[in-house]
Amino acid sequence: MRDLHIHFAYLDERTKRMIRRAILKAVAIPGYQVPFGSREMPLPYGWGTGGIQVTASIIGTDDLLKVIDQGSDDTVNAVNIRRFFQRTTGVEVTTDTTAASIIQTRHRIPETPLREGQILVYQVPVPEPMQHLEPLEVETRKLHALQEYGLMHVNLYEDLAHFGQIATTYDYPVLVNGRYIMAPSPIPKFDNPKMHMNPALQLFGAGREKRIYAVPPYTSVESLGFEDHPFSIQRWEQPCGICGARDSFLDEVITDDQGGRRSSADIARSVT
Amino acid sequence: MYVAVKGGETAILNSYRLLAEQRRGDLAIAELSVEQISQQLRLAVDRVMTEGSVYDPELAALAIKQSAGDLVEAIFLLRAYRATLPRLAYTETIDTGRMVLSRRVSATFKDLPGGQLLGPTYDYTQRLLDFSLLATGVHPGPDTLCAASASASAPLEAAPRVIDLLNHEGLVEEQAVPEGDPEPFDLTRQPLRFPADRSARLQNLARADEGFLLAMAYSTQRGYAESHPFVGEIRFGTVELCLVPEELGFEISLGDIAVTECQMVNQFKGSHTEPPQFTRGYGLAFGHSERKAMAMSLVDRALRAQELGEEVTAPAQMPEFVMSHSDSLESSGFVQHLKLPHYVDFQSELELVRKMRKAMAQQDKGAQPKEEEGPHA
Repeated sequence: MRDLHIHFAYLDERTKRMIRRAILKAVAIPGYQVPFGSREMPLPYGWGTGGIQVTASIIGTDDLLKVIDQGSDDTVNAVNIRRFFQRTTGVEVTTDTTAASIIQTRHRIPETPLREGQILVYQVPVPEPMQHLEPLEVETRKLHALQEYGLMHVNLYEDLAHFGQIATTYDYPVLVNGRYIMAPSPIPKFDNPKMHMNPALQLFGAGREKRIYAVPPYTSVESLGFEDHPFSIQRWEQPCGICGARDSFLDEVITDDQGGRRSSADIARSVT
Repeated sequence: MYVAVKGGETAILNSYRLLAEQRRGDLAIAELSVEQISQQLRLAVDRVMTEGSVYDPELAALAIKQSAGDLVEAIFLLRAYRATLPRLAYTETIDTGRMVLSRRVSATFKDLPGGQLLGPTYDYTQRLLDFSLLATGVHPGPDTLCAASASASAPLEAAPRVIDLLNHEGLVEEQAVPEGDPEPFDLTRQPLRFPADRSARLQNLARADEGFLLAMAYSTQRGYAESHPFVGEIRFGTVELCLVPEELGFEISLGDIAVTECQMVNQFKGSHTEPPQFTRGYGLAFGHSERKAMAMSLVDRALRAQELGEEVTAPAQMPEFVMSHSDSLESSGFVQHLKLPHYVDFQSELELVRKMRKAMAQQDKGAQPKEEEGPHA
């Protein structure tokens, strides 16, 4: 299976070492964005290169890898990334969340609870949670350093004033370890509570923006909110149209040409 | 049961096959060789080498062939290839003053030492389709009988750079080597951070997408920045590349590379500490890439606004704006990632929009104004 013409996990060892150093720093300062010398990977920026570089620098021959996108093991890009690692490392792959040692994900946290020793690698498009409010990195860096997060709270408050509720539904900002505000990547806010005190190590890789950050096991991750408007997750009126689940993130499936639809529990749950 | 669109491995393999077929085209037509591309699509090869940051005409031509002529894709291929190559050594600084010139023009002086040398250029062609090129395989090639060609092919003496001539009078700012001649920032190994120094800026611009850079440069000419540029000089030719290996301690020649250099001079009114003089913008690209080198030199100068105490009002003067959006791999990748599934994010938005519409409808129904409901109700 492994292509022996390509170095194990594609990256050269010096690059892997540089990335591991960034990861260690990230773990030491939960939620802080560590700049790293992101490389051009054979897959495009924006398509998971940050997650791929993190996975490539931590994967070993005895790892068992799972790759999901939108909570599914068989969306095209997940298949492609899994093929990339099969080709460059020859490691075993799995769709079983409980069995996997490394899970690379885009836009979901598996619904099966993770355990100690597992590593969840997130693909991150925009690591800076305040980028849409302040595009200058020079400025946002200062705001983080001073823990000056008024901008963020005002933004959420403006949502309340305009719409009566916070209008952010995914990539919902969190406060990590009581210190740094962090972008959880575009997971639905439904998944946010899973990050809190998770026994697994959570690593975040942003290839295009060249940042790595982390949430170590058993770290507090608090979704932002207000005392009178606490953070809340999505709820559905109907259960899953296929398995009847009421505790799952539901995907809608269009079933006919008139836009008829049914809800189904996300694959993140059903494959375990 | 309806199955949501999922791409299995078979679908991906089929897509590879279709792509290969489409790239090759009609099998009755002879296949294009990499040599043909590097010889006859020279300017495409030069652009791919420049933005791909690899001086290798053969690999650039291969990338162009593999990408079916999509140059941004070819640049991506070359960059991905170079990303994990070991960094063995740094060459000595090239001396463009000793360039073996193929072309050299200055817009600031009619006559100057070394003269104006038109060389190969589309500048003075009349852009009429040359239908004689339609006749493949029988075209005789350049008219070798033309009397001028004999003298034009003779190598020319190196000529001093125009900027150095002006320098003697102190009319142009000096760009001295920084103290201690520190190793330049290496954009391919270190993440770009702001404020970025000159070496990071020039590397970023050299690798920047030509179209983006051209538009940025153009904007400075249309009022979106203070700009009064003159082409001090454009030169295209070959320069020798040298290396001093640590274990040898003396210079050895690696060979020649072709480069295009543009020195733009800009009026500067002076400040409290500096007398009025001309400032410089610098552009350098592999091969023959004048549009790129000129655009680069304009943007380089515009990005120095803050350094020179000018008011920063336009995008082309903002380093974070320009340098964070100039790379075609980054922009092309992120724009096109929107093709990837976003079912989950979209689902979250759907749920929110439905909830807000419902709340609005209810409000409209019972909308006899008893007491206005505040946001916190």
